[in-house]
Amino acid sequence: MGNLAIIFKRELFSYFATPLAYIFIVIFLISNGIFTFDLGGFYARGQADLLPFFSFHPWLYLFMIPAIAMTLWADERKTGTIELLLTLPVRLADAVLGKFLAAWALTGIALLLTFPIWLTVNYLGDPDNGVILAAYIGSWFMAGGFLAIGSCMSACTKNTVIAFILTVSICFLFVIMGSPILLSAFPEWIPQFFVDAFSAMGFLTHFDSIAKGVLDIRDFLFFSVFIAAWLLASAVVIEMKKAN
Amino acid sequence: MIEINNLTKIFDQFTAIDDLSFTVKEGEVLGFLGPNGAGKSTTMKLITGFLSASNGSIRIDGYDISKNPIEAKALMGYLPEGAPSYGDMTTLEFLNFVAQVRGYRGEEISQRVQHVLDEVELNSVSQQTIETLSKGFKRRVGLAQAIMHDPKVLILDEPTDGLDPNQKHHVRELIKNLARDKIVIISTHILEEVTAVCSRAIIISQGKIVADGTPAELESRSKYHQAVSVRLNENYDLEADLTGIAEVSEVEKDEDDELVFRILANDGKSIFSQVSEVAQAKHWPVTEFHVSRGQLEDVFRTVTQQTQGAE
Repeated sequence: MGNLAIIFKRELFSYFATPLAYIFIVIFLISNGIFTFDLGGFYARGQADLLPFFSFHPWLYLFMIPAIAMTLWADERKTGTIELLLTLPVRLADAVLGKFLAAWALTGIALLLTFPIWLTVNYLGDPDNGVILAAYIGSWFMAGGFLAIGSCMSACTKNTVIAFILTVSICFLFVIMGSPILLSAFPEWIPQFFVDAFSAMGFLTHFDSIAKGVLDIRDFLFFSVFIAAWLLASAVVIEMKKAN
Repeated sequence: MIEINNLTKIFDQFTAIDDLSFTVKEGEVLGFLGPNGAGKSTTMKLITGFLSASNGSIRIDGYDISKNPIEAKALMGYLPEGAPSYGDMTTLEFLNFVAQVRGYRGEEISQRVQHVLDEVELNSVSQQTIETLSKGFKRRVGLAQAIMHDPKVLILDEPTDGLDPNQKHHVRELIKNLARDKIVIISTHILEEVTAVCSRAIIISQGKIVADGTPAELESRSKYHQAVSVRLNENYDLEADLTGIAEVSEVEKDEDDELVFRILANDGKSIFSQVSEVAQAKHWPVTEFHVSRGQLEDVFRTVTQQTQGAE
């Protein structure tokens, strides 16, 4: 077992050693229930799919993921354990990745625990389970994108509240980047490729197609590259800000 | 062996460590002294690879901390200032984590953890979460993780800060026992600790070394070294009797007690016999008469204030 796995285990364990993991999971499940059945009109639509469930995920993640991500590095800096961790024979990459993966695993667990909704839709109708599986994986990748931003913001400050607000703000920006309302607000003189590039960075652009069952490897690639880039930024920020 | 060459650390505009060079060999317990903000903790953070130096090099047993950080870190145990640890874990869980990161596997983990639990007497709190522990216990948890892998180099930033006298004594004994074939560097502002455990002391001020030697050598730099301390039971003019002795530099009256005098020696020469002869011949009204050792505190103040005054 490498150091990456050891750090991953410790981090995941520490989520469950405090009420944090349980509260996160419970709130996540309740919100999902409300969004899907009440606001999403799951029954009223009369269709055997989980589109109402998944289409709320970006907005749910917008507030829930930063709550997990905010402690990732800010707490280490505040309590001084960062000094302990980084003077152990551990590579910074292992620490950054181990912590990220633990938080990502927690969101994965929360996502898996929404399985009763999947059971319900299978009981009521005959959905395309391949589409649902793809949407689950897509949703998890999007959660990873939010988390990676959070990891970097958390590395910027000792203060978890600041980390939370920064993460929510930046995540919000990436969520709405691809939305038609924002895109139509661009003046005409801005070149089309710029608008396209801007829109291509948006989470909704990629997630909407995944949620609808359009499986495009490029959407997954987008989230993978996005995560990698923000984790790299986290490492750079940690290295730079260690001293203060 | 630790070799530090021309170590410099600059934060923005502020030079925290200024061209520091020294070598520490196996078996040495080096006390790192200095006023607050002198750069003690920064030096330790540089040696342990937490911070990277602006200039200069640090080699631990030949491994350069910036070029081979993993190998160098594997040789060191480090207790950071304030003994940080993961508060939501129990002592046992935390030490298990450290043992794993230190490369122990399977059975070895519990053996090593049990060993350090015994060594720093933590068995009674092994199942408690660290955040519920007292300051003394937290400090010992920090020590336990630092000595987990029986490191060749042990770096302890204020290891006895916040401990009660019994615990301090215990930690000092522990350090002495560990020290035999190792390098131990401790930073402290408790000067008696240096005399108690260190074989060598370095005093730094404003990022520079201002004194380096054994505690005895440093003490001998004190103006009180070899001084004769005299308590009288009535006022008497000692100075007049002592003018004949060349080795006596001056007579100092104690600030708190009018009847206590210190007869200071020139250049640390022994003046005890001459002074006692004079005292007997002149029938000084003496109630106490002894030679004082040099005071480290006095040397500390002298050398650190000189550099501060020079700025």
